[in-house]
Amino acid sequence: MSEFSSTLLTAVSFGLLFAAALASMLVGRRRLWITWLVFPLMGFAGLAALLAAGVVLLGNPGFDSTLPLGLPWLPWHLRMDGLSAFFLALIGIGTITSSLFGPGYVREYLRGPYPLGLLGLMTSLFIIGMELVVLADDAFSFMIAWELMSVSSYFLVAYQHHQPANRRAAFLYLLMAQIGAVLILLSFGIFASFGGAFTFDAFRAIQLSPIWASVAFGLGLLGFGMKAGMFPVHAWLPEAHPVAPSHISALMSGVMLKVAIYGFVRLTFDLIGTLYWSWGVVLLIVGSVTALFGVLYALMQNDVKRLLAYSSVENIGIIFIGLGLAVLFIGAGYPKLGSLGLIAALYHALSHALFKSLLFLGAGTILQQTHEHDMGKMGGLIRRMPWTALFFLIGCISISALPPFTGFVSEWLTFQTALQATILESGVLRAVVPITAAMLALTGALAATCFVKLYGIVFLGQPRSRRVKHAREGTSGMLWGQGLLAGLCLLFGILGAPTVAILSRVVAGLTGSHVTSATAHGWLWLTPVAPEVASYSGPMVLFGVTLALLAWGAVYLLLCKHRRLKPIQRGPAWGCGFGRLTPNMQYTGTAFVMPIQQIFRPVWRVHEEQQRELSTELRSHPTQLGYQLQIEDITWRWLYQPVVKLIQASARKVGLLQTGNLRHYLTYSFVTLVVLLWLIS
Amino acid sequence: MVDFLNPADWVFVWLQTLLFVLLAPLFSGWIKWLKCLLQNRRPPSLLQPYRDLLRLVRKDVLLADNASVLFRGAPYIICGCTVLAASVVPLLVLHQPISAMADVIVLVGLFALARFFLALAGMDVGTAFGGMGSSREMTVSALAEPAMLMVVFTLSMVASSTNLSTLVEHGLQQQSVLRPSILFALIALIMVAIAENARIPVDNPATHLELTMIHEAMILEYSGRHLAMMELASQLKLTTYAVLIIDLFFPWGIAQSASAAGLGMAVVAIAVKLSLLGLLLALGETAVAKMRLFKAPTFLAMSFALAMIGMLSFVILESSK
Repeated sequence: MSEFSSTLLTAVSFGLLFAAALASMLVGRRRLWITWLVFPLMGFAGLAALLAAGVVLLGNPGFDSTLPLGLPWLPWHLRMDGLSAFFLALIGIGTITSSLFGPGYVREYLRGPYPLGLLGLMTSLFIIGMELVVLADDAFSFMIAWELMSVSSYFLVAYQHHQPANRRAAFLYLLMAQIGAVLILLSFGIFASFGGAFTFDAFRAIQLSPIWASVAFGLGLLGFGMKAGMFPVHAWLPEAHPVAPSHISALMSGVMLKVAIYGFVRLTFDLIGTLYWSWGVVLLIVGSVTALFGVLYALMQNDVKRLLAYSSVENIGIIFIGLGLAVLFIGAGYPKLGSLGLIAALYHALSHALFKSLLFLGAGTILQQTHEHDMGKMGGLIRRMPWTALFFLIGCISISALPPFTGFVSEWLTFQTALQATILESGVLRAVVPITAAMLALTGALAATCFVKLYGIVFLGQPRSRRVKHAREGTSGMLWGQGLLAGLCLLFGILGAPTVAILSRVVAGLTGSHVTSATAHGWLWLTPVAPEVASYSGPMVLFGVTLALLAWGAVYLLLCKHRRLKPIQRGPAWGCGFGRLTPNMQYTGTAFVMPIQQIFRPVWRVHEEQQRELSTELRSHPTQLGYQLQIEDITWRWLYQPVVKLIQASARKVGLLQTGNLRHYLTYSFVTLVVLLWLIS
Repeated sequence: MVDFLNPADWVFVWLQTLLFVLLAPLFSGWIKWLKCLLQNRRPPSLLQPYRDLLRLVRKDVLLADNASVLFRGAPYIICGCTVLAASVVPLLVLHQPISAMADVIVLVGLFALARFFLALAGMDVGTAFGGMGSSREMTVSALAEPAMLMVVFTLSMVASSTNLSTLVEHGLQQQSVLRPSILFALIALIMVAIAENARIPVDNPATHLELTMIHEAMILEYSGRHLAMMELASQLKLTTYAVLIIDLFFPWGIAQSASAAGLGMAVVAIAVKLSLLGLLLALGETAVAKMRLFKAPTFLAMSFALAMIGMLSFVILESSK
């Protein structure tokens, strides 16, 4: 019965998405269809996907089906197990919230030059692609779904294509997506060439030799990492996320990066199966470098969505740290701790999906209301858009890993796993894991700085430009989308134990080891290893904070009883004797992070330029001061530009063959023919 | 975890937290008193901090024109988080039900939450000082918090637990063993505590000189009861750090269970140790000058490095099988 219901719900989800795609194709001039038909259809499709996943996550068996699609001898295999269901749930949540947000957001496109039908069509195809990726059970359908996801999202990134910068970003994205796809294909190719079949079942049955397994792992890491935003192959992310429409950025950053993580987890823990601890070390190094690099670059950004994109890089690093711990512990013979690491990684994937979608939706609301990308022109928005400000604050607290919100639980679990490193035999490993934990701690603290900067500059202080001064709150649909995510951020921060119980089932399907100890003490307590080792109770921390607040309220009322409540007096803030404060007196985003920029100087390529025009009468008295700062990603200089140069140089060398002379071409044909004949003989 | 619903235990938690809150102004008054004596000034009464707080609470609040809801709510959140953090740290008795609710990492998280709101509140009005203070505070904490976590990790690895009660108990059991890891951790934690509580040489709590202040710059716009809460929160934070250092490194005398004799002993022990720690802090603040702001990162990086060395010396040298 339940198997039937999950199958049915999945089919409903796909059906609704196809209906949405079809409706978008028919939109044409009836532009309001997109609001009243396409987005609702997508929203219900997301809900159906979430329910289908929920049925499986709550302990019912998934389904396994073969569709007569594709090539005659290669039917599509779809299968839903715990892992697919978990990621399908993430896609469902992302789809629901972005379809709530979308109708309000696309209002500004209604009169724009870009076809709305295309937006709806590509969004539906994008979601279909993502759902198919997590359900695919053979390499063939996986790759088709993967490409569907990549190509349709390319069109979404390139949606506002009248600006050349957007076209460039979209091309970079497509290029890197294709290179990544080729690497994944090669990784699957290793399995297929040893097993002779394309189904994941056949892949699982193969025992690869350590060398081939490592090659498959390396190709998969690079291929999936390219999509996920792993350092140093993250370059497309900070370019593509800011230019896509905001609800698409939310889907791409919140959900699509997780689909890449899904692919990597599926490949490593399920298909390869036998894990080596050395891979774990690689993952830990990659993860901590990605996390630290991501947050340091996020700190320096002044474009809101670009900052969020770099912060996605950071969070992917944290997920990779969790995965690295899992591989390392399983490889070293501690499957239970490995499962704990995997749970931490998946929990962080969930957290990131929630708060990053939330933050991108908030950024979208700001962008729509103010038409500003640049933080330097914002300020004081908490007074103009209080609800968005509240939800954005929750997102910022969650992403800074502060209790009692969701980001904290996942980082706490990662720390708890890392602290078990003392049971490892090898001294080197015992040292590597704590160093990773140190990097993670540093990343967390820097992330808090980064989001204080973001929130403080954008929402607090005084407005720095006219348009920001007159901004208004977004539509109710936009607020509901954000409010839902903010509520979930709190919910998953509190209900750590039930979530871990579900994740433990998911993970047990991969590693074969249940982490029953984590939730052995009821829903209130999260005890990863044992209660005397560590415990955390999200509900009670929330209760404690509330209680402390109430206590202050009570003290205040007691003390104030004897005087009547009068409104608080207000007055202008002191301007140090220079008259009133002006917005220009405030700290800017660049100024805020200047001390950190001084500390970690070599990480960035900083171009600094100062201009001062001196007064003609008094040489020491400047009339105009200017300051320009550009932060360049070092990977461009150290990785991408050399690669581009190499490719161009080799292309020129190959191009020498192309003389344009017919006789030369005839000679080539002749030589080729002779060589081929020689080979055959 | 079995007896966490015992109401008597919870009453005790409440009482201990109350004691903690009431003790905090006294501890900061004690440090001020000692510093005055050391600097040849006439000290104010030990009760002066209480009088200051009461005076502030009685005064009217004056808000800046454009102060937002966040500005008004922040003192309550900051003070609430700090009280919650203080309630987690064992002051007199070990193994209270509340120590299962939050471990050391959560404790660090609670302080971070308070700091998050403090920095935001500093930026709310939009004065240059507020932004400056927030920027500096976040920079200092970006380095101090990881160092603090490293210290915590080292100790948790030694005791193989992050639960505060278990940590303290482990410390009680092996009194005489002086390990290099613990020594490094102690030095690092003291440095972190100095930085986090805005004391000399990182920040000077007594100054309002614009170019040097960190903590005071953020709360410049506060007045009345809001300011009282901010002051109380920072006094409480200082006391919590002091008790934490005592608990983790010099736990002798703390009661294992709530018996009368044990409690009496614990009260005497904590009083003596806190006054000694206060004396050390006052001596240090009198002897050392505040360093330049740009030197502070070096100071903090050193505490991070020390904490890291402590951790590595444990995992490499001490925990071999």
